[in-house]
Amino acid sequence: MAAPRGRRVAPYAFILPALLLFTVFSIYPFYLLLQTSLLDWDGISPSPTFVGLRNYLEVLAQDRIFWTSFGQAGYVTLLALTLQNALALLLAIAVNRELRGGTIYRTIFFLPPILSEIVVGLIWFWIFDGNFGIFNEVLTAMGLGHFTRPWLADPQTALSAVAMIHMWKGFGWGFVMFLAGLQTIPDELYEAARVDGANAWYRFRHVTLPLLLPVCITVSILTILGTMQIFALIIATTQGGPAFHTEVPITRIFASMLGSGRFGYACAQGIVFGLILLVVSLIQLRFQRKTA
Amino acid sequence: MSLLRARACLRVPAVPAFLVLILLAGCGKSPSATGSHPLRVWHWMTDREEAFDELAARYQQATSTPVRFELYAPSDVYAQKVRAAAQTEGLPEVYGILGELRDVGSFIQAGHVEPLEPYLSEGGGAWRAALFPKALAVNAFSRGNPYGVEPGAYGVPIDVMNIQIFYNKKLLAQLGVDPQTPPTTWEAFLQVAERAKAERLIGFVSGWAELWLLDCFAQNYAIHEMGMKRVEDTFAGKVPYTDPGWISVLRRFAELRDSGLLASGIVTMVNKQAEQLFANERAVFAFNGAWGVNVYRSMNPDLDYGIMMPPKTTSRPMVTWGGAGSSFFVNARSPRKAEAVAFLRWLTEEPQQRYLLETTQNIPANRAAASDLSPHLAAFADAMDATVHPRLFAVQEASPVIEAFDKGIQSILIGEATPEAVAQQVQEVKARETSRRAQLESAHGRP
Repeated sequence: MAAPRGRRVAPYAFILPALLLFTVFSIYPFYLLLQTSLLDWDGISPSPTFVGLRNYLEVLAQDRIFWTSFGQAGYVTLLALTLQNALALLLAIAVNRELRGGTIYRTIFFLPPILSEIVVGLIWFWIFDGNFGIFNEVLTAMGLGHFTRPWLADPQTALSAVAMIHMWKGFGWGFVMFLAGLQTIPDELYEAARVDGANAWYRFRHVTLPLLLPVCITVSILTILGTMQIFALIIATTQGGPAFHTEVPITRIFASMLGSGRFGYACAQGIVFGLILLVVSLIQLRFQRKTA
Repeated sequence: MSLLRARACLRVPAVPAFLVLILLAGCGKSPSATGSHPLRVWHWMTDREEAFDELAARYQQATSTPVRFELYAPSDVYAQKVRAAAQTEGLPEVYGILGELRDVGSFIQAGHVEPLEPYLSEGGGAWRAALFPKALAVNAFSRGNPYGVEPGAYGVPIDVMNIQIFYNKKLLAQLGVDPQTPPTTWEAFLQVAERAKAERLIGFVSGWAELWLLDCFAQNYAIHEMGMKRVEDTFAGKVPYTDPGWISVLRRFAELRDSGLLASGIVTMVNKQAEQLFANERAVFAFNGAWGVNVYRSMNPDLDYGIMMPPKTTSRPMVTWGGAGSSFFVNARSPRKAEAVAFLRWLTEEPQQRYLLETTQNIPANRAAASDLSPHLAAFADAMDATVHPRLFAVQEASPVIEAFDKGIQSILIGEATPEAVAQQVQEVKARETSRRAQLESAHGRP
């Protein structure tokens, strides 16, 4: 027996608004992006030139700085994946225990992520300043004056300093997610492990870690996607300098678009960048499914 | 029951239909742009917001035409907004274009800019005669320009500026240099470094993280040492960046670095930070524009400073980057473009220009209004004859080459590249860019 027509149509009508919004704000812009990436266009001219895949060839074969910027974003991502997330996990474990003032710690640890990246960047810009920065003052006071330097302007330290700021700002997200994950692990499992004679390390290794793995993978994906797209922090601290030492893919795309007025080329860079992030995310999801 | 079902059936498609209506509502034509609607002026000048609002009120009082200045800042955001508005034909009646001459050319070719040549020439060219010629020239296109734009002026400057070196008189005296005779030669300039270091003072600050300011300093020396023609020939591809003249210019930055005159971390210093260091009397010299007069006045009214041209390295005359400070353009597609032109004409008249001078301390574009300036501003106005501007060259350098050049200078300043290596890298980028353009032109038969 066939369902009444209204009932058959209703589900489609309900998803139509979402579909419409998705089409207008996601699919259509992506189509425009793809289309523009095949053009030589300054963003204004009424007659853009079709150049086929030439922009992509230039990105892949000639744009050495774009790939350097990729490597630099990769370096920051690697630090964030390891140091930042390890710190977030450690703090989450510490706060998950029956600590006095646990709520205060949670609030403090979650403060940096809610600050604007520009504000954070400017604060650390002053801290790391080579002329009157607090960091150098502290080093000098500790008798380590020979280590002082303009941290964000020295090619040896600029990228690591930016990574440090990024990690300081970002660890709160991982902390909250790890804490939420830890609170879902039943206490009974720890009690059973304790009865079996498992020490703290064994309980962490064989109870906490396996049950936290899905959260770890989610945090990793978010860390990779968030860090590879780092931008505002770079603009607020180094503007990609000194020279090209803290350039990241988004600053290069921005430079192509507004600095050089090459909208088509910037779109090609954006698509290449997006595809690489997509591949990384798919690999991680596949890994997640396997481990699940 | 059937009534309820009918209502339900109506309600279900009503939701998407409502959303479609909302979406489509934004696609319609804007309300009529005539009558009592204000003339809209888009700008990015945060320091002039109040002054502009006051002038808008005065204009309405005088002509009964309402004007609304709309501020979009910072300048990056403004530049994006103007581009987006151009793509959707949503530009206001009056706006500014931030960018290179190439960008202005694109706006003109796309029909977004009203040619102002006929208006400037009206009545024997009184409007043109009232303005500084160099400031007008910055937004003008010459015959045979590479953008295929009809020759003539397209933008109206509301102020003029150039970039020079500010020096702190008190600190200079503390270093044993007579503040009445600041160093005019390169050697004397660098010698200040040793004494500054001994006094734990910063020698020289500037916002050299902002590449354009670094580029201004470099181009001053390129033109000073090599001459306009040779620099222009480089842009045209006739002289390579590996030419000894360019290497000599790049070497100036190695000398600056080695002298110890530069502030620590100058390559990531934004101009706001440089301005604070100079205003707080921590730095002896600051390379900054005429707007610095207003900035330093607001930061430290007691600051005692002088202004000098960048020190010479040869016996040739020194030049300084400058011209129009801020300019406005009229939207050619606006049905109210005649009103917009009339407003700009009024804005650049002497009384309004004097008001802007008093309130914002920028050198007026109107020559009569610039007749009695403060000594600091007069120093900038006096140097207007020695100004150069990249837009005045017949050929413009490609942006990737400019970026490679400026980033290369940063590499010299941080000691990781030699002037020769930077020159080589810049030339490689130049060759690649020239080849890319040639390929595009040959493939599409463009001139």
